[in-house]
Amino acid sequence: MAYSDKVMDHYENPRNVGTMDNDESGVGTGMVGAPACGDVMRLQIKVDEQGIIEDAKFKTYGCGSAIASSSLVTEWVKGKTLEEAGQIKNTDIAEELALPPVKIHCSVLAEDAIKAAITDYQEKQSG
Amino acid sequence: MSSPIYLDYSATTPVDKRVAEKMCHYLTMDGNFGNPASRSHKYGWDAETAVEQARADVAALINADAKEIVWTSGATESDNLAIKGAAHFYAKRGKHIITSKTEHKAVLDTCRQLEREGYEVTYLDPQEDGLIKLEDIEAAMRDDTIIVSIMHVNNEIGVIQDIEAIGELCRSKKIIFHVDAAQSAGKIEIDLQKLKVDLLSLSAHKVYGPKGIGVLYVRRKPRIRIEAQMHGGGHERGMRSGTLATHQIVGMGEAFKIAKEEMVSENKRILALRDRLLKGFENMEELYVNGNLEQRVPHNLNLSFNFVEGESLLMAIDTLAVSSGSACTSASLEPSYVLRAIGRNDELAHSSIRFSLGRFTTEEDVDYTIKLLTEKVEKLRLLSPLWDMYKDGIDISTIQWNAH
Repeated sequence: MAYSDKVMDHYENPRNVGTMDNDESGVGTGMVGAPACGDVMRLQIKVDEQGIIEDAKFKTYGCGSAIASSSLVTEWVKGKTLEEAGQIKNTDIAEELALPPVKIHCSVLAEDAIKAAITDYQEKQSG
Repeated sequence: MSSPIYLDYSATTPVDKRVAEKMCHYLTMDGNFGNPASRSHKYGWDAETAVEQARADVAALINADAKEIVWTSGATESDNLAIKGAAHFYAKRGKHIITSKTEHKAVLDTCRQLEREGYEVTYLDPQEDGLIKLEDIEAAMRDDTIIVSIMHVNNEIGVIQDIEAIGELCRSKKIIFHVDAAQSAGKIEIDLQKLKVDLLSLSAHKVYGPKGIGVLYVRRKPRIRIEAQMHGGGHERGMRSGTLATHQIVGMGEAFKIAKEEMVSENKRILALRDRLLKGFENMEELYVNGNLEQRVPHNLNLSFNFVEGESLLMAIDTLAVSSGSACTSASLEPSYVLRAIGRNDELAHSSIRFSLGRFTTEEDVDYTIKLLTEKVEKLRLLSPLWDMYKDGIDISTIQWNAH
């Protein structure tokens, strides 16, 4: 599989790998994908009182482009409002990483992971 | 980057230098370039002599008669010729074929084609260790069964089927027995005086010979008939027309001759390396050997590194040339059908790596492989949410995943 330099960079040096305490206030967790399909992403965000994402962490089981896609979105969401983060499109991720067509689903999964993390955060706040 | 260490000998092998050297003499003007079918001059006669010597050398490795050897373009063609050829010839006797789900695609897709032509095919499930139960074959046999096709050694997991027992069973029921032996020739003994195999497919490039040449063994006693799939000049006693590729044939003959001479000592050495490789991972958690470890060729080790996805692992170990059962490495995006057929779940199929060792593998190669894999698996597990969950004692099979 011929990957772009950006994918290789994120794969070799993944950003923001880690786990946040899901019980902590301000933390939202999104877990998407399925082991049977060969990729599972867990994206966590920490939101401050102004509604800005101050930190993001991920762990991903999956191919190189799945790891790169999740690593990239942790960088992108930091400093964004929830609304801004929710507008990140899979096509932006795919374009940034120059993903080959068979790997587009990895970027879709990364978009889903952001949305799932935001939803989880919002449900916690209202609950 | 220097060349990766080659541990994919089940995919193909490099041509042995002794073989390549010999092949070069059958190409150019100053060599023996004639058409073996030319009966009117020395060029043709010499080429024919070379082809017949190669035929004898191939026959010798499998203890067959040279007259039972039919040259083809490789094991895929041999499988097609054997199964379609016999199915068409014996169609009046019946239209039922028995095979297994872990056969090579050259057998499975050929059977699919025959289904489209009105034949019926039974695809047997192997056991969890990859072996087919003799009773299952017997139970599947019907009055109209004409062919049983079972591979000798599986290409992915290296397990050895009991073709001796299957042969006895088929012969007692007068059913033709075809064996794809592409992965077993030169690795384990094949004695066709003893084995009741009627048709047997061979490939040169798995045995340090060139690509593009193979053999179908067609038994003469009792005589097995096949309908040609390639029509033309009536070469190979009408079973496979087409000008013989003398240099390829000579290469296959030489490769099989070397295999016969060196097989026993070579396999002993390779088995020791395989055992060393497996032992190197003995302290690793969540490591699974795919397929029976005892009934297996020495060259093959197929491991699943649980909670690590195969393609990302391949990227991490790009200084090794190995193959994976992961979906992401296949065009179809489906994980290995062989691993699925032996009951491995998708996760384990996705995290599998096939190491296949060979003539040029060294102890240093094996030690490097152990060190690299240990390091990279650990790194990727630290990235894996599934590994986290496993460590937290969560059984991931109990989670409701959203398959996509």
